[in-house]
This record gives sequence, structure tokens and C-alpha cells, in this order.
Amino acid sequence: MSKQAGILKVIHTVSELKVDPAPEESLFDSGALDSFTLPDLVTGLEQEFNLTIPDSDLVPERFDTVAKIEAYLNSRGA
Amino acid sequence: MAYLRAFGSFVPERRVGNLELATRTGRDAATIEKTTGIRERRYVGDRVSVADLGLLAANDCLLKADITASEVGLILFSSGSAERCFPGPASTLAAKLGLEATPALDLPVASAGSLIGIALAADLSARYGNVLVVAAEIMSRRITDNDPDTAILFGDGAGAALVSHETGFARIADTALFTDGNYAESLQLPHSGDIQMKGLEVIMQASRKIPRAITTLLERNSVAAPEVGVYLMHQANVNLIRKVANALAVPEQKFFCNIEHYGNTSSASLLIAASEWSIASPPPVTAPIVFAAFGAGFNWGAVLALPV
Repeated sequence: MSKQAGILKVIHTVSELKVDPAPEESLFDSGALDSFTLPDLVTGLEQEFNLTIPDSDLVPERFDTVAKIEAYLNSRGA
Repeated sequence: MAYLRAFGSFVPERRVGNLELATRTGRDAATIEKTTGIRERRYVGDRVSVADLGLLAANDCLLKADITASEVGLILFSSGSAERCFPGPASTLAAKLGLEATPALDLPVASAGSLIGIALAADLSARYGNVLVVAAEIMSRRITDNDPDTAILFGDGAGAALVSHETGFARIADTALFTDGNYAESLQLPHSGDIQMKGLEVIMQASRKIPRAITTLLERNSVAAPEVGVYLMHQANVNLIRKVANALAVPEQKFFCNIEHYGNTSSASLLIAASEWSIASPPPVTAPIVFAAFGAGFNWGAVLALPV
């Protein structure tokens, strides 16, 4: 499974989004994420990619789009 | 040894429903309830002070503990919304209780201050005897309708707890307090101005840090999360409470919740919840009690009390 596919899998698990968001589409503006689903997204990413995301990295802007999430995961070597 | 001996609370009469807030802020009333779990909150009148509110909760607590104010050895007063930088409401409360030499200290820690008060009282009761922990907040004067996301949340109220070195219905077994000042600006109330809250940041951090604090405390004391009889948590948002319950894999019914009636009363909420829980579930206590809170600073933590 590609990294983007793994990210989309987690997004669909934690949100009510019916279709895949475009890589640059804001997940907050589209309503896919809010203050309560974002922690679930982060936990889902930790499980999907077998890494621990430190609390200090929980910056909403870092998880705003699929592309940003992928860039973050790459920076963590996931 | 330190024991929980009694709780008390007071909330003002004036009820402010979501329809009133919808008119003021432009937020939809049904959405307010869905996103926060809050149906109404209470506001005090213009002439009431934080110490006034605290006095009413303190008197309720002393009555339930069946002691007089003169038997209190130390007062710890939590408020993030006090009228003055100094002195805080602790000394005023002591005076209102007729005490002229009893130490009375302020804990200006919004939301988590009452939890910190209980934790400190547990350690200090050996020296001071009966420690009266009071939390009172007048948040309605600290919000602005120009910030609807914050304005819809808060209400006014006060709670109190008596921690005793001699007797009580539950023994305070352990405490766990944490602070991370890197988030100091995420939730703040400047000297002049209204409360400023980055809600997303607060929820993200709280939803991970609260379960972690509780788990740390329970593991340290060999108590499994399902063994806990009741979780008494700062009433910030019903969705946050559900999230913590989910993280601990315990039914949300184990979390006492009264946020629908009072909104977020900051540091008072934990003790108001404890007071209402103790009335609904009078002693004897037969299972562990966990207190947990998260607030400005960020400060957060948990307290474990066990049946005696």
C-alpha cells in the first residue's frame, strides 16, 4: 500500500468523508477534520505507520492536507 | 494519610440557554449543543465577586463536613478569573469565613487549579489538618461575543472540597501533576482583555495528555481502568470526556457529566461535578475514584482516591 493510500485509509476511518480528498485540499475546510477527529487521525497514523508522534508535533497545520501529512511522515522516516 | 471528607458547590440562578447565545454570537443553538454537549450555563449578577461565589460553595462544603470554618487549617483557592492581580480571592474568602490568621493561598490556574488544589492538600494536610480547597470562576465577564467559539462554552460557578488528615469517605492514594509551558499562549487571559483560547490545540493536547496521566497514575497503583468506580473530570466539553473514556477503554457512563447544565466553569467544574456526584452517590465509596483535569499552562494531571 502506498503512503498516500495509507493516509487516505486513516482519514476515512476517522472522518465521514465519502470521497478521497485531493492532495492539497484542506481537510479542515472540507469538514473532514475538526478538533475532535484530529487526535484520532494522529493516533491512526501512529498505528498505520508504526511510529510515535510526539505531542510537540501536534500542530494542526501539519495535518491539514494529505500532502502535508505525507511530507510530515517522510520527515519522520515513516 | 489524607482523606476526602466532603464536597460543596454553588451555581448562580440565572440560566443562559443556547438560544440566547445563538442570538448573541450568531452560532446555531443546535450546533452549540452538538459540538459541546452544553444546553445552558449559569451567569452571576453584576455585584457578585469570585470570593462571594467561593464562600457559598465553601459554606456548603463545611456544612456537609459538619465542621466550622475555625477548624480549617489552610485554604487553597483556585480561580483564573479573579477580579484583581493581587491579592487573590483566597484571603478575601478567609475573611468572609471569619478567619483572621489561617493561611489562604491562591492557585490562579484556569481549569486545572482545583485538581492541583486537591493534590497539594493531600500533601499539606499532614501539617495543616483540614485543608479547604475552593474553586470559583466568573467566566461570563471574561468572554466576548466576538469570539463565539469561546463565548458559547463558559459559565460561572463554584465548588469546594475538604481534605482532612483525620477522616473521610475516601483516601487520597496518589497524585500526578504535569506542566508544559510551551503552550502558555494557547489558553490565556491577559491582564486587560478577554480569554484567548486556541481550541484545536487545547483539545489535541488534552485528548492525549489526560488519558496518559490517568494511565500513569493507575498503573503506579496497580488499578485497572475498568475497576474505577467513577471518573470525575474537568467539564470542558462532552466530546473530550467521551474521547478520554474511549482512550481508557471504559464506558463513558463511568464519567460523571453535568456539562449540559453549567457549561465549562473552568477550575470550578471539577468540584461542582464532584459535589453533585457525591449527592447522587452518597458514601460509602466502594470503588476507586479518579479526578482528572487539563488547563491553562498547560497544566494537567490526575488524582486517585481509594475506598477506606
